Amino acid sequence: MNSTVAANEPRLAQAFVTLLRRDLLLAFRRPAEIANPLLFFVIVVTLFPLGIGPEPNTLQTIAPGVIWVAALLASMLSLDGMFRTDFDDGALEQILLSPHPLSVLVLAKVIAHWMISGLPLILLSPLLGLFMNLPAESIVALVLTLLLGTPVLSLIGSIGTALTVGLRKGGVLLSLLVLPLYIPVLIFAASAVEVAGVGFSIAAQLSFLGALLALALTLAPVATAASLRISVS
Amino acid sequence: MRLEVRDLAVERGDRLLFSGLDFALDDGEVLQIEGHNGSGKTTLLRVLCGLGVPSEGEVLWNGRPINRVRGDYFVDLNYVGHAHGVKGELTALENLGVDRALGRAHPNMDGETALDELAMGNYEDAFGRTLSAGQRRRVALARLFAKQARLWVLDEPFTALDRKTRADLEALIHRHVSGGGMVIVTTHHEMALHECVVKNLTLGL
Repeated sequence: MNSTVAANEPRLAQAFVTLLRRDLLLAFRRPAEIANPLLFFVIVVTLFPLGIGPEPNTLQTIAPGVIWVAALLASMLSLDGMFRTDFDDGALEQILLSPHPLSVLVLAKVIAHWMISGLPLILLSPLLGLFMNLPAESIVALVLTLLLGTPVLSLIGSIGTALTVGLRKGGVLLSLLVLPLYIPVLIFAASAVEVAGVGFSIAAQLSFLGALLALALTLAPVATAASLRISVS
Repeated sequence: MRLEVRDLAVERGDRLLFSGLDFALDDGEVLQIEGHNGSGKTTLLRVLCGLGVPSEGEVLWNGRPINRVRGDYFVDLNYVGHAHGVKGELTALENLGVDRALGRAHPNMDGETALDELAMGNYEDAFGRTLSAGQRRRVALARLFAKQARLWVLDEPFTALDRKTRADLEALIHRHVSGGGMVIVTTHHEMALHECVVKNLTLGL
């Protein structure tokens, strides 16, 4: 094939970037969708000191779990938006009918979802760590674990969302499908934050989270693509 | 290019919509699908696009099952369905930009000229949600020109269009078919397609 023919051949990189940009643009034009999970995250975490009492040691003990559980639920809250509107208005069909590999296009959407829902959580988390009286080492660990963990949440969540997008009331089913798969992330991340506060190395936990991320990154887009084809048919 | 359907049976829910459907469509041909409401026109189109799964039979693109040659088939497929996927938060031009990037962009037309074809040139920067139903459909139909595809699959494309746009769309379909394109269309509208091979298919007899 010569270069003049290839000039308008579909290019995967361009489709990927365009889809990523499109999803970010859509999110910024519907700011409530970014703000809601983020507000939820902040409110849940700040309610704990009020409910339990401002005893610094208690807060420090529960902080890793509380912050991570809140992050997990905030991520769940934003999942439904990943494919819902595209499914309802037919844009998802157009994506499915693209000649490009669907798993790669799905990855673009998941990355956009993470940038909208995961990244703001990470940026806010040091502040919430201070609220909860976490030592500096733990706050660093918190940011690192969120950095490795929240993409896993988006990736795993995309499978569940893709499976339930065709159902009218998929919310409860979605949490049943997705939350059990979130548990390993929660265990290793919360343990890393806790252990960092006592001064131990968190290399093992971070390696495990990295491994989970690598696994999710390779498998989840393929599973999500297959689920979407099932949901649409 | 050739789209062929062999012994197709399609169910919706538990109800058999039709079975034993055979037809073939070659370059420069139009297939007009008619049938009463609920006879399975839209379901058939979705199966032809690979969005639905037939309970029996197969759909072939150049002699090979479409789910084996998705890349080749989808490059040459342009589907405009009931839910046409025009995003309210994007402008008309941005909408088409996404479509062009997802498929094979037309070499001689950009988003603006594609919108001109459907007389939407003045609405390039209008957000989808500010457009009327007919205008949104026209933006969706502009996709036919923003992307270069041999086969057009159109589900009730004349819905919500005014009389003039209907005539325009007929002319555009005619032009596409005369240039060797293929069109599958469901409509109750009588199309004046002179000198074109128009095949008719009536479902639910």
